[in-house]
Amino acid sequence: MVGALLLREWKILLRARASIVNPLAFLLLSTLLFAIAAPQLVAEASQQASGILWVLVLFTQLLSLDAMFRRDYDSGTLEQSMIMADVPFVAVLIRIFVQWLGTGLVIVIATPVIGPLLGLSWAAVPGTMLALLLGTPALSLLGSIGAGITVGFSRGGIILALLVLPLFLPVLIFGTDIVNAAGAGLNYTAQAYWLALITLAALIVSPFAALAGLKISVEMQ
Amino acid sequence: MQTHIVTDPLTLQFDALACQRDGRVLFAELNLVVEAGTCVELLGANGAGKSTLLRTLAGLHSQYQGNFVSPPGVYQGHRLGLDELLTPMENLAWFAGLESCSFEPSQALALAARLGILPLAHTPCGKLSAGQQRRVAMIRWILSPRKVWLLDEPLTALDIDAQRLLNEIIAEHCQSGGSVVCATHTDLSVAHKTILNLRPPLQQASSW
Amino acid sequence: MKLNQKLKEYWHKLGSPRWFYQITTNWVTFFGASALVLLVTGLVWALAFAPADYQQGNSFRIMYVHVPAAMVAQSLYIGMGVAGFIGLVWRMKLTDVAIGACLPLGMVLTALALFTGGVWGKPTWGSWWEWDGRTVSTLVLLFLYIGIYALREAIPDQNLRARASALVSLVGTVNIPIIKYSVEWWNTLHQSASFSLTEKPAMPVEMWLPLLIMVLGFYCFAGHQVLSRMRLEVLTRESSSRWVAELMQGRGMLANPAKASSTDHGKG
Repeated sequence: MVGALLLREWKILLRARASIVNPLAFLLLSTLLFAIAAPQLVAEASQQASGILWVLVLFTQLLSLDAMFRRDYDSGTLEQSMIMADVPFVAVLIRIFVQWLGTGLVIVIATPVIGPLLGLSWAAVPGTMLALLLGTPALSLLGSIGAGITVGFSRGGIILALLVLPLFLPVLIFGTDIVNAAGAGLNYTAQAYWLALITLAALIVSPFAALAGLKISVEMQ
Repeated sequence: MQTHIVTDPLTLQFDALACQRDGRVLFAELNLVVEAGTCVELLGANGAGKSTLLRTLAGLHSQYQGNFVSPPGVYQGHRLGLDELLTPMENLAWFAGLESCSFEPSQALALAARLGILPLAHTPCGKLSAGQQRRVAMIRWILSPRKVWLLDEPLTALDIDAQRLLNEIIAEHCQSGGSVVCATHTDLSVAHKTILNLRPPLQQASSW
Repeated sequence: MKLNQKLKEYWHKLGSPRWFYQITTNWVTFFGASALVLLVTGLVWALAFAPADYQQGNSFRIMYVHVPAAMVAQSLYIGMGVAGFIGLVWRMKLTDVAIGACLPLGMVLTALALFTGGVWGKPTWGSWWEWDGRTVSTLVLLFLYIGIYALREAIPDQNLRARASALVSLVGTVNIPIIKYSVEWWNTLHQSASFSLTEKPAMPVEMWLPLLIMVLGFYCFAGHQVLSRMRLEVLTRESSSRWVAELMQGRGMLANPAKASSTDHGKG
């Protein structure tokens, strides 16, 4: 079953590349907005880069979350996978994983470009990439809970944000701390462990909650 | 209330079943046993609860009173459940994968030929018309190993030819031991069908 | 064994709306009366008799409202989370009534805590608002409340709304310790020069006793409020059932008693 699910996701990804391009474009665009609106904030080796980067990552993730289940919900494939799948839980997990590939992983790869544009020092880039690698899966996982519940709403976007941003807070805190520590040359092992722990906890809890939310949404029709 | 001992795992049984929506009971209680090989034509006015009943049997709707026993079924709702970026063959392969069944492309292509959409087998579903997509859905039902079909107004958007094919397919499925519960406004031309009428409820019980 | 049996019975009774209504009739009066006594005593003591703080003078007295409000606001959210858990596991419909009842009070108290925190801050440290661990945590709590509020507005179906609220409040409650810990971590990094609320010097009895009374008073008030709202909601939802009609009849509240007793709409 997993193979068939992944194969379908792969084909969709190839045929609708916007799902990868859009988050990246948004991140770049908002970087541009910051550079224009507050150039002193994104000056070379600034202190604020960590915060700005992470907040932009959160917003990018938020925009991409709305679409996590929407296509499948509208076409009816979501309810079909809930009825027909041997293990619907795995189907949800794979959907979250693929969404992370298109958002989180892409952001991690784009960090060497986006980071310095926001004033991140080169020394901080590897640490930042690690922080994003550890933190973005948690964002996708925690966000999937909100996405599952709100997929049936026509104007669900803002409710999704309200539900999900408080859950993002721990990732934001530890993530920015790692970036700051990396920039200052300090050790960030402890924070990295905490972030990994949060992601792991999210991995255990989120798919169940997301599936429960999807069941509610599907019943809303 | 009849007590009926169900021995056949493919039998559907409704025991004082009435679906609810937001606390309201939608129709009068149903007491019915659907043996394997039966085609049930589900009738009722608009809003009577036909779609809700089918969704309840499929496991998508959880508010109901009473009991029912249903083997796993193939559900076809108003939304087709086809990914429009994928071709019919790819969609069918995905459905097979969901159920962890092996997918036989030759079998699928043969059915596509029978249903008159063979040339479209490798065109993304988004480019097919509604009627053509519904024919793809029909292939899905046949290919699934599940014996119970729960169909919600499948005759919609079908031309005369396709309607004939639908009736044929349903008849064949029943003859081979499967059951069909089909909500429809147009009569099915299937021999030996059971009519199930959804009537308004007798009383509104306190349901929450 | 017998105690176990009794507890189970009690548990099941609490799940029945009618029994809940009957059981809580006395509780509401008890909580209401206690709240009145405790709050009046506490306020008078706090405002008039407790000694002025050696550092902050009289402005610290707002603490007697700020601290209880914050504590009860958080307890109410956790209560919602527990109710959500019970609702999801045991499918007890009353838990949704509980969540709906806790929500408005919780939001108001959180807002009150934030406001009184600002009022406390201005004369004491010179600013209406400081971003520290406590303010951030309380603000996050407010957003957790608003999220559930917005969610409930968006789902018209009562049953689905109940399940969604239960799920979200459970997820929120589970996250509260994680959020609190990470905000504390953040706070130690960005420790401002201002006096931190978490490091309280040991309070003399004359100070913390009225605080305790205020806290208890707030809890009793919350109990009274939540139970009253729940009872009202139960009556509304069960309005077509016989026991409600009899109850209203008994209180002489029915316009047409004969008509009500003849329309028997099912079990109570």
